[in-house]
Amino acid sequence: MTSDAPSTPESAPEASSPIAASLLLALAVGSYAVSFGVLALQAGLTQAQACAMSLLVFTGASQFAAVSVLQAGGSPLAAVGSALLLAARNTVYGLAMAPVLGGSRARRAVAAQFVIDESTAMSLAQPDHKGRIHAFWATGLGIFVCWNLGTLVGVLLGDKLGDPQRLGLDAAFPAGFVALLVPHLAKRGGRATALLGGAGALVLSPVLPTGAPILIAALAVLIGLRPDPATVVS
Amino acid sequence: MSWWTVLAIGAGSYLLKALGIVALGGRRVPPRLQACIDLLPAALLPALIAVNTFVTDRHLVLDARVPGVGVAAVAAYRRAPLPVVIVLGAAVTALVRQLA
Repeated sequence: MTSDAPSTPESAPEASSPIAASLLLALAVGSYAVSFGVLALQAGLTQAQACAMSLLVFTGASQFAAVSVLQAGGSPLAAVGSALLLAARNTVYGLAMAPVLGGSRARRAVAAQFVIDESTAMSLAQPDHKGRIHAFWATGLGIFVCWNLGTLVGVLLGDKLGDPQRLGLDAAFPAGFVALLVPHLAKRGGRATALLGGAGALVLSPVLPTGAPILIAALAVLIGLRPDPATVVS
Repeated sequence: MSWWTVLAIGAGSYLLKALGIVALGGRRVPPRLQACIDLLPAALLPALIAVNTFVTDRHLVLDARVPGVGVAAVAAYRRAPLPVVIVLGAAVTALVRQLA
């Protein structure tokens, strides 16, 4: 199963779509960074600290979690803990992305900072190896720029901006993820894995700390250990 | 918040990302394990979809996100391009909130 094959004619019409989609996703994410900037100030961060977080952490969910813990009066240790719990899924994404982003250790060390939900999902949705590399960098860098600019706008404008929820932007993420999921459902075990992962995260969400259900849902991939029915039956 | 907290979260987040891609990545893995890794998006995407659609502050809720993501799912299943799916999801959610 080599992924180095040149793109087939069937995949050609989609070639321009990942970049457009990446940009759109980056803009939606950027609007969330604006709210992060605003919330960070409310939670007692300085403008410089909020911007440094977006540059260094660059994992939206972790940043929101840390800030919300502090806002609620939690300790710095609790803030670090909840942020890292949410960031742990990026380790799993890194495993999936390593074959795509081969190359030297130094190159992978740079790529690591851009391994997030969106860049991984966009990349793995592409049909060929080249498309996966392009989609990873387009999405990762696009979101990095928009995320940091958005944070800057947020800390400069403070509370003067509207609520991104009014524009339905909170639904933009799951909507995009649905589209990215479709090609994976066709894989062997894909549907069962998806059902288990989604249902598991839902059931665990009320009882576990934010972030943990998504990590545990990753265990649904163990369905891949089932013996191949093709080799068993025929 | 102290700078130490900012730096601790920054360093920890980066190390978690790098652990997967630098330390563990790039090795030959047994086919069974590879099958599991290939299924990661199939497991993680529905988890993210479920949490981002039905959960607010660790409570299960049904709100305007549900029709938005529902319409997006129909569009995605019919192979609509990703940007169209994203805009549809946000627009339907915004519309339902406006009407409510």
